[in-house]
Amino acid sequence: MKPMKLAALLTVIVTGGLLLFATSDLPDWGDPLSPANASDLSTYYIQDSRDVTEVPNLVTAVLADYRGYDTMFETVVIFVAGLGILSILGQGKCEEPLAQPVASEQNRERDMITIITCRLVVPIIQIFALYVIAHGHYSPGGGFQGGVMLGSSFILIALTSGLPDALKRMSQERAIFLAGLGVLIYAGTGLVCMALGRNFLDYEILHKLMGGTGVKARYDSMLIVEIGVAFTVMAIMFIIYAVLSSKGRMRGGL
Amino acid sequence: MDVFLDFLIAKFNYWIYVILMMIGLFAMIAKNNLIKKLVGMCIFQTAIILFYVSIGVKEDARIPILTGHEVPHGGHYHTEDHERPYIDAKTVTNPIPHVLMLTAIVVGVSTLGVALAIAQKVHLHYDSLEEDEILAKVQLGNND
Amino acid sequence: MTEQFPILIIIAPLFGAILIALLGFRHQSLCLPTVLGSLAISCAAAVGTFLKVLEQGTVLYNLSGWERVTTPRGLFSVSIEYRVDAISGLVLVAIAAVGLLNAIYSKVHVVTETPNKVPHYYILYLLLVAGLAGMTITNDAFNLYVLIEISSLSSYALIAIGSRRAVLASFNYLIMGTIGASFYLLGVGYLYIKTGTLNMTDIHAALVTLPKDSPSIQVALILILIGLWIKMAFFPLHGWLPNAYAYSPTATSTLMGPLVTKVMIYVMIRMMLSLFGAEYVFDHLQWTNIIVGLSVIAIVAGSLFALSRSDLRKMLTYLIVAEVGYMVGGAWLANSIGMTGAIYHILSDAMMTFTLFMVVGIIITRTGKTELTAFQGLFRKMPITMTGFTIAALSMIGLPPTCGFFSKYYLVRGGIEAGQWAYVGALLFSSLINAVIFFRLIEMAYFHGGKAYGEEITDKDHEHHHSRGRDLDAQPDETLEQVPWSMLAPMLMAAASLLAIGIFNRPIAGWINAALETLNLAQGG
Repeated sequence: MKPMKLAALLTVIVTGGLLLFATSDLPDWGDPLSPANASDLSTYYIQDSRDVTEVPNLVTAVLADYRGYDTMFETVVIFVAGLGILSILGQGKCEEPLAQPVASEQNRERDMITIITCRLVVPIIQIFALYVIAHGHYSPGGGFQGGVMLGSSFILIALTSGLPDALKRMSQERAIFLAGLGVLIYAGTGLVCMALGRNFLDYEILHKLMGGTGVKARYDSMLIVEIGVAFTVMAIMFIIYAVLSSKGRMRGGL
Repeated sequence: MDVFLDFLIAKFNYWIYVILMMIGLFAMIAKNNLIKKLVGMCIFQTAIILFYVSIGVKEDARIPILTGHEVPHGGHYHTEDHERPYIDAKTVTNPIPHVLMLTAIVVGVSTLGVALAIAQKVHLHYDSLEEDEILAKVQLGNND
Repeated sequence: MTEQFPILIIIAPLFGAILIALLGFRHQSLCLPTVLGSLAISCAAAVGTFLKVLEQGTVLYNLSGWERVTTPRGLFSVSIEYRVDAISGLVLVAIAAVGLLNAIYSKVHVVTETPNKVPHYYILYLLLVAGLAGMTITNDAFNLYVLIEISSLSSYALIAIGSRRAVLASFNYLIMGTIGASFYLLGVGYLYIKTGTLNMTDIHAALVTLPKDSPSIQVALILILIGLWIKMAFFPLHGWLPNAYAYSPTATSTLMGPLVTKVMIYVMIRMMLSLFGAEYVFDHLQWTNIIVGLSVIAIVAGSLFALSRSDLRKMLTYLIVAEVGYMVGGAWLANSIGMTGAIYHILSDAMMTFTLFMVVGIIITRTGKTELTAFQGLFRKMPITMTGFTIAALSMIGLPPTCGFFSKYYLVRGGIEAGQWAYVGALLFSSLINAVIFFRLIEMAYFHGGKAYGEEITDKDHEHHHSRGRDLDAQPDETLEQVPWSMLAPMLMAAASLLAIGIFNRPIAGWINAALETLNLAQGG
C-alpha cells in the first residue's frame, strides 16, 4: 500500500471514529423535540413568518427575506464560479497549443428529429421554468430551480444544434451581462432599501415605491430578488456548460 | 439486541452520513486521478447535505409549506394580535436546514464547476489527469 | 448615514464587481477606476466603522431589518447581523487598506500577466476582498461559510489564471480548501443540532446552558478548528500554500499572502472567544498544551523550510507558515497578553507580508530573477525599494521601533506568563532564523556591488555563483530604479504603516484589550 493511501486511511479512520463517537450524543433522527427542531428560531419561522411576509412557503420566506443576505452571496458564489471558469479556461492568451485539433463543425451531421424535438421542447421548458420562478412563494421552486431550468434549455439547444447555434442566442458577453444583471437586481433591491433610509435588504420600506403595505412589499420584493437569482443562475449554468464542453474554445463542443 | 437495534435505527442517518463522508474524504486524499478526487469531493459534500437535512426531520410532519390546514396550537408565543391560530410547530418540518442546504448545494455546484475547469486546464497543460504522471512531468521541466 | 458604514465595506466592492461585469468588458479603461473607487469607499467605510466602534463600543448592524425577537428565554436573532468590535474593526481596516494599496500596486502586473482577462481578474479580485471583509464582520456562523466559499472560489481562479504550474497548485488548494470549508460547515451543523440557532451570540448563549462535557460540542470545536487550520495553512496542513502563492500572478500573491491566512486566524479567534467562549475553550478543555505544542512545531518547521529555500517567493510563503504558528500559539496561550499579541500580530504580519511581497514583486519584475541572489548590489540600484525592504526585514526580525518587535514582545510575555517555555524558545529561534535570512539579504544588497544589470540577465549561468566583493566599483545601473510610482508609493506606505503600528502599539493594544474584556478574557485572566 502506498504511503499516501495509508495516510488517507488513517485520517479517514480517525475522523470517522471521532464523528461516530459524537453521533451517540446527537438527538434521535426525526425527533420533533430535538434542540434544533424545537428551537425558538425554527418555531418562530413556522408560526410567525407567514403573518409578516404572506409567503406560505417557509423555505422561500427564510431564504429570500430573513436570510436574504446569505442568498445574495449565494448568487454571488454562482457568479464567481462562472467568471472563475471563464478566466481559467476562457479565451485568454493561450500559452499552449491545443492538444487536439478542433473537430470541424461541418463534418457533423445534425439529426432532424432531435432538432425538431428540441424546438418543441425548449419553449415548454422555458415556460415551465418561468412558472417555477414565479410560483416559488407557494410551492417548491424559486430562482435557483427556475434558473437552472432556463439554463438547461439553452444547454439543450447546444446539445442538439451545436454550441455555435446556442452561442448565437446567448453569447459569452451577453451571458456575463445577464449574470451581472441578476446580481445587480438582487443587490440593487438592497441598495434601494438603503436609499430609502433603512438597512440593506430591509424590503419593508419598499412599499413607498411599490404601494401597498410593508408586508406586501416584502412579498413582492422576494419575487424580484428571485428573478435576479434566476438571471444569474441561467447565464452561469450555460457558461459552465459552454466552457467545459468546448475546453474553453467556445466552439466545437460535444 | 432490541436495544442495540433501536439505538442503530434512531440515528441511522447519522451513521450513514459518516460512512459516506469518509468514502468521499478517502477518495479526495488517496485517489490518483484528479476526476476521481472530484467524485470524492461530490460524495463528501453530499454527505454533509444528508446530515443537515436529517437534522430538520420531524416524524409525521408535513413539508414546510403552509396550506392553511395546519394543526392549531393553543399556546401563545407573542403578545401581539394574530388573525390565524398558531400552528403546532411539531407538525411542520424545520425549514432552516433546507434553506442552508440550498445554499450549500449551490456552493457545491460552483466548486465542482471551477474544479472541473482547473482539471481541464491541467489536462491541457500536462496531457494527463493522473497525479503521479503530472508530478513526474513537473519534476522534468522544473524551471517553468 | 454613519450607521450604514458596516454594510458599505462589503457592498462597495460588490457593486464595483457588478459594474465591471456590466460595462467593463466593453470599456476596459473603466475597470481600474471602478476598482480603486469601490475599494476607496470600502476603506473609508472601514475607517468610519472603526472610529464609531471606538466611540460607542460594539456596533451591530441588522440585515433585512428584522429586530431581535423576544421570547421567555430572552432575545434571539432571526436574520443575519454584523458585529464589529475594536478587533474586527482593525482587521477590516487592514483588509480594505491592503486591497486598495495592492490594486494601485498591481495596476501594471494585471495587464501584463493576465492580458485579455483584465475585467475577469478585477471582478474576482473585488469579490475576494468583499469575501474576506464579510468573513470578518459577520456574526452568523453559516454566513461565514458562504463568505469563506466566495473568497476561496475567487482565489482558486485568481491563482489558476497564472502560469501552468499555478494551475496544479490551484487544484491542490481547491481540494484542501473544500475539505477545510466542509469541516467548518459540519462543525456548524453540530452546533446547530445542539443549540438550534446560527447567530454566534445566540449559539454562545445556548452553549453556556448545555452540559459542558457534551462530546458533540467538542467534536464541533475540533471540526471547526481543523477546517480553519487547513484554510490558514497551520503547519501539518500547510501543503497547499507554498506552491499556490509562489506560482500565482503577482497581484494575487500580494493580496492573498497578507490577508487570507490572517483573516482565517481572526475567524479562529472569533470562534474561540465569541462563539465557544473563553471559559469553555481555555478553562474547561485544557487543550492549551497540545495546540501550543503544535504551534511550536509549526514555527520551527516553517522557519527551517524558509531558511532552506533559494526562491524568494517560496521563502516568503514558508515565513507565512511560521508566522501562522506564532498567532495560533499566541491565541491558545489562554491569557489576554498572548491573545493581544496574536491579534496585534495579525495586523503587523499582514502589513509585513504585504510589504515583503510587494518588494519581491518589484525585484522580480525589474531583475527578472526569482532567486535570493537577485538582491546582489540592489541597494545602490534601487535605494527606495530597498528602504522599504529594510524596514520590513527589521520588522520580521523583531527590532524596535517596528511593529514586529512589539507583537513579539506581547507574544513572549504571554508565553512567559503561561509558562509555555517551548513556545517562547520557538519565537526566539524563529527570530534568529529571520535574522539570518534577512541580514544575509541586506548584506547582499548593501555590500555585494555586483555586476552591471545587463550582464546579470544575459548571463543566466552566473545566477548561482557569486563571490564576495566582486566589482564593488562597478557603475550603479540607474535604470533599475525606474519603477513606476504606482508600485513604489503603496510599498512605501505599507512600510510606513509598519513603523506607525509599532509606534502606536500602546493605543492599539489598549483597544484590543478593551475588546477582549467584553469577551470575558480579562487582563491577566
